[in-house]
Amino acid sequence: MLNITEKILARASGKPKVSPGDVIFVNVDKVMVHDVSGPGVIAVFEKLKKGGMKIDRLWDPDKVWVAEDHFVPAADKISAQNIVLLTNFTKQFGIKKHFKYGMGQYGICHTLSHEEAMVSPGEVYVGGDSHTNTTGALGAFAAGLGHTDVAYVMLNGKIWFKVPETLYFKLNGKLPDYVMAKDFILKIIGDIGTDGAAYKTMQFGGTGISEMSVEERLTLTNMTTEAGAKNGIIEPDQQIRDYLAARGASKYNEVHGDADARYEKVYEYEASELEPIVAKPFSPENIVVARELSSTELDKAYIGSCTGAKLEDLRAVAKILKGRTVKIRTEVLPAAMSIFRKAMDEGLLKIFMDAGVVVGPPTCGACCGAHMGVLAKDEVCISTTNRNFPGRMGHVESKTYLASPLVTAASAVTGKITDPRDLK
Amino acid sequence: MEPFRTIHSIITPLDKINVDTDQIVPKQFLKLIKKAGFGQYLFFDWRFEKDGKARRDFILNDLEYKNSKILVTRDNFGCGSSREHAVWALLDYGFRVIISTSFADIFYSNCFKNGVLPIKVSKQTLQKLFETKSEIEVDLENQLIKFDGTQIPFEIEDHWKKILLEGLDDIAITLTREDKISKYERSQANTKFPAS
Repeated sequence: MLNITEKILARASGKPKVSPGDVIFVNVDKVMVHDVSGPGVIAVFEKLKKGGMKIDRLWDPDKVWVAEDHFVPAADKISAQNIVLLTNFTKQFGIKKHFKYGMGQYGICHTLSHEEAMVSPGEVYVGGDSHTNTTGALGAFAAGLGHTDVAYVMLNGKIWFKVPETLYFKLNGKLPDYVMAKDFILKIIGDIGTDGAAYKTMQFGGTGISEMSVEERLTLTNMTTEAGAKNGIIEPDQQIRDYLAARGASKYNEVHGDADARYEKVYEYEASELEPIVAKPFSPENIVVARELSSTELDKAYIGSCTGAKLEDLRAVAKILKGRTVKIRTEVLPAAMSIFRKAMDEGLLKIFMDAGVVVGPPTCGACCGAHMGVLAKDEVCISTTNRNFPGRMGHVESKTYLASPLVTAASAVTGKITDPRDLK
Repeated sequence: MEPFRTIHSIITPLDKINVDTDQIVPKQFLKLIKKAGFGQYLFFDWRFEKDGKARRDFILNDLEYKNSKILVTRDNFGCGSSREHAVWALLDYGFRVIISTSFADIFYSNCFKNGVLPIKVSKQTLQKLFETKSEIEVDLENQLIKFDGTQIPFEIEDHWKKILLEGLDDIAITLTREDKISKYERSQANTKFPAS
């Protein structure tokens, strides 16, 4: 009767079963903050202390982990100060897993969650960032929270949720060449709208998902946030086990939905009918097929973020850029140092540099308009990222088109939005 | 938090759909970490010209709405980034109630944590609210919006209602059970837990 999300939540709340709409208290397995939500949590702690609460320890420092991603390398004096604040915080409370910029592995929090196997199948994982949903591709319940909720989890190890209804997205068949998971999720968001899954679970399955790589699946769950979903999830399979084993994680308790699991609604897609898609400004639901925009002139191409700078995203970009040069300014920012290294070992960085592309350090950077290549007034960008709201990547009158790494790279080569199948 | 009972106020009609948290508080202010004082950054890019002058065509700059405590806006308010600064800014500016047809999930929860009441209403009710010029009353105890001689009921979960009525937050509620927590902790003092 229960689907995977309901089963995880039932287990974490110590109940034999839960149903959509039930309000339950769950035990959290892992909690994450970064350099924006961390200082936010510290602010909440300060307020509680002023109210007379004694805060000298966390619920379990080994289950808390910290990333530096939004404003690293430090964008200015205040963000530099916030990193100091965050570092003092992790020292004070004995948090060992703090991925620090400039000290080996570090990167975007959601990327680290899978690259470092910080989260395992069957777990309840919460984080102080809306794209925490990403990690659900590993078969975990993963959801973003506000600062106060994260502070609460850090102190108590518990949080309450209303059990969400689940929308099931079934992909039949393997995605065609030049079509990526990004195209599929944009298509879904276009179909259901940016609040189409508000407070619901988006689960993905079907033969197309079984055949999809782990990194591509992560693109799907990552962007469930853009449809308003509470969480995105995929049943774990051998690919997930192998992926995690390669990262040193093999002991965990997988959870699977029942054969007769209930879903509020099932959407079916034929992989063979999908095409390269682009979301126009200023909403991820504003989709058209890439070919319809072939006269759209661009100023910049951005390949970065938790959505579009994983190793396979970089491989896809390299496949297009090999032997070609870019016509507009183009940046590649691998999402974590481990990916940066693999891109170097595989020769991808050389392809990027030969094409004229700037390769930068892992950071959320310009994806959220923070720093490192933000847009000027009226500039037009094509990007492998996840949001294109007004001003998201810089000036409030700049424009961002969201696309797959293949479409973004092909567009970088021509200077116009380009379907990679049409590239000469 | 200040307990929430009834609010009497004219409404500020913000006629926009899908207002994301980056419009509510632009990213450049996320580095600031004091919870107080965010009101000055609310809807910053919509409120101010580049030179810092107030934009005359933006609703918050219309003096008529200066003391309004109720923001009325269209579908999917608060989508995008999970930044709690968005609610801090709305509250600090003076809004205690946000009315829309739908809210993004994390934003919706964040409201209650900070003493702001988000109310979901039907499209028809929302349209009537956009059209009214008179002061309205939001009565949390009885879950009613009263205006122009009509009373519109609204839904709210009991847990959230209690939090707002009593001015508590989740942590304060937990602390009301401090005696039980302490008793349990004492009973576990000699218990050894496995290391992993």
